[in-house]
Amino acid sequence: MSDQSQTTGTIAPKAASRPGASGAAGRSRGTLGLAGKDFRLLLLVVALTMLAPFILNPFPQTSGLAQFNAGYPDLMQRFVIYGIFAIGFNILFGLTGYLSFGHAAFLGVGSYAAVWMFKLVGMNVLPAILLSVLCAGLFALLIGYITLRRSGIYFSILTLAFAQMCFALAYSVLTPLTGGETGLQLALDDPRILGTSQTASGNIPVPSLFGLEMRESVDLFVGGWAFTFNAGYYFCAIVLLLSFYTAIRIFRSPFGMMLRAIKSNQQRMRYTGLNPKPYALAAFVISGMYAGLAGGLMASMDPLAGAERMFWTASGEVVLMTILGGAGTLIGPVLGAGLIKYMENILSKINSDILHGWFAFMPDGLEDFVITVIYPFIGKGWHLTLGLMFMAVVIFLPGGLVEAGQRISRAVRGKKGHDTTDSKSEHAE
Amino acid sequence: MGILEVKDVGKRFGGLQALSDVNLSVRENTCHAIIGPNGAGKSTLLNCLVGKLIPDTGSVMFDGQSVLGRSPHEINQMGISRVFQTPEIFGDLSVMENILISLFAKRDGAFRMHAFESVADERGLQEEAERMLDEVNMLDKRQMHAASLSRGDKRRLEMAMCLVQKPKLLLLDEPTAGMARADTNNTIELLKEIKEKRNITIAIIEHDMHVVFSLADRITVLAQGTPLVEDVPQKIKGHPKVKEAYLGEAA
Ligand SMILES: Nc1ncnc2c1ncn2[C@@H]1O[C@H](COP(=O)(O)OP(=O)(O)OP(=O)(O)O)[C@@H](O)[C@H]1O
Ligand SMILES: [Mg+2]
Repeated sequence: MSDQSQTTGTIAPKAASRPGASGAAGRSRGTLGLAGKDFRLLLLVVALTMLAPFILNPFPQTSGLAQFNAGYPDLMQRFVIYGIFAIGFNILFGLTGYLSFGHAAFLGVGSYAAVWMFKLVGMNVLPAILLSVLCAGLFALLIGYITLRRSGIYFSILTLAFAQMCFALAYSVLTPLTGGETGLQLALDDPRILGTSQTASGNIPVPSLFGLEMRESVDLFVGGWAFTFNAGYYFCAIVLLLSFYTAIRIFRSPFGMMLRAIKSNQQRMRYTGLNPKPYALAAFVISGMYAGLAGGLMASMDPLAGAERMFWTASGEVVLMTILGGAGTLIGPVLGAGLIKYMENILSKINSDILHGWFAFMPDGLEDFVITVIYPFIGKGWHLTLGLMFMAVVIFLPGGLVEAGQRISRAVRGKKGHDTTDSKSEHAE
Repeated sequence: MGILEVKDVGKRFGGLQALSDVNLSVRENTCHAIIGPNGAGKSTLLNCLVGKLIPDTGSVMFDGQSVLGRSPHEINQMGISRVFQTPEIFGDLSVMENILISLFAKRDGAFRMHAFESVADERGLQEEAERMLDEVNMLDKRQMHAASLSRGDKRRLEMAMCLVQKPKLLLLDEPTAGMARADTNNTIELLKEIKEKRNITIAIIEHDMHVVFSLADRITVLAQGTPLVEDVPQKIKGHPKVKEAYLGEAA
């Protein structure tokens, strides 16, 4: 942080000679209402999401490294859905500094709402998702109104308590509404007033977007590679892009600036004539709606919802994602979500047989030793790796993956000759 | 009738009577200085004016309305801005953003949901903020993180944040403490100009007598929570009670 401000200080006089021509506040609007830099970031995310089936499948199916491929629909969907969850969480935590430990409750509410929509109305995902967002938003309004009376650790504890309460309710008391332990599932005798209860072949219909089934996929085989293009994934990806775009606009808006002011100094805010409470509540509701959206998408990809989606570990996960990627940055939460979901699904699948395969070239004693050392960090032990990574990030890279990227690019640029224009404060990247 | 009327205000902290029987009237477009030794209750008095503290007794009227029971942001919206004894600024934000927040608060009120507009599009406010920064000689620092400013600059920034709101009453709690001599003189010039040209009433707490006598139209001396004397500066200078208050029993 401090070295950034140093650089800023040294270039400032130059900028001042042409007032209004540059700088965070002086940037003018470009395409889609975004400044050039933000628009390039959006384009990057467009490219990453649209080309994900290629990017995530770099290894031919037959190669030994194919197990590191992540380009299958199920996992790609999870990448973007959790990305949306984290983008929304970051609007609350990254901007206002209010650390909620209960956001999974909104995710769960969104999922239940969507499944009910599939049961009662029809299998179109659009109305289902709209209801998810609405329900989660209303629910967040209620919970936010109560929990935001406190700040700091008390706020975190209150949100945690609320979410656990919701989990307990969903798990037992509200069974007629939530399906309890088994979860809420579709059945053949659901009314689906705007659709059909069952298909001609007697099956439960699947979620679709005006007839386009979410599970539909097209495979492309090129040489040894297989790429899968899944309708559900692309639907989620487009929702992610809209979410990301909305987040950029919020970050650059006066509202977003007020949210950062909350984090910085609420006292100053009050004596400047601003009421921090409704701003914080608005941020809470918006992030709750993002969580509901993610929950609705989850149900749209796989039409069932269970109470475990509200469990506190799920709330903790989105905190990890946001901090790991870079809280308060635009792209950080998306990267964090991707990294954690990748580790959860890929790292956890490596078992000792696979390790033996990799280290077979070593002499026996050494091989066993290396495997003994690595083994606790893979398979079921992936949480250990995650924990260590998280600690390393918090201690050495408080800005998360985004800060890592910035440091690398600064080092690279530094070698090419000193940079002149770009060194202004990059705190809201 | 002054723009600010403080009547019989008292405030107690546990066993300490921090303020008692404070009466103060600040006339419009004047500069009223409040001086007194450390711990006299000067800051406590300001806290009672801006809604940070609620006095136990008495009344505070601003512009014909009571401020008691209103929250700080409401009092600010009535037209009172305050500079604190230890600078209160948005440290994580840039200097420019600090000023812009003040301007948004002035224009849009205590809360407005403008989540899809862009700060960069507010050309009018941007220019106004730049003019303000120019006036306090900080235009070259507008992109710096406010937290990385020197103590004197933080004060000037906080003052600029208040001034840009064009308050009716500006409350300053030791605005030049920690400033270099040259900056102090600049601040005096700035405040003089404000008083003369902009219809802003100023109430200032200050230990630096050079500042006090350069600016004040009237001075109240506060000691142990009660006003000792109130008069024009010339009369305060040699006043025996004032000497006593400052020098203690030794006098
Ligand atoms: N919130 C509080 N709780 C308890 N005591 C307080 C509180 N605020 C101030 N005091 C006490 O009230 C007395 C007056 O304090 P105040 O800050 O108003 O003095 P001051 O005149 O501003 O002094 P200085 O010149 O040092 O700023 C002091 O003894 C202080 O310790
Ligand atoms: Mg004081």
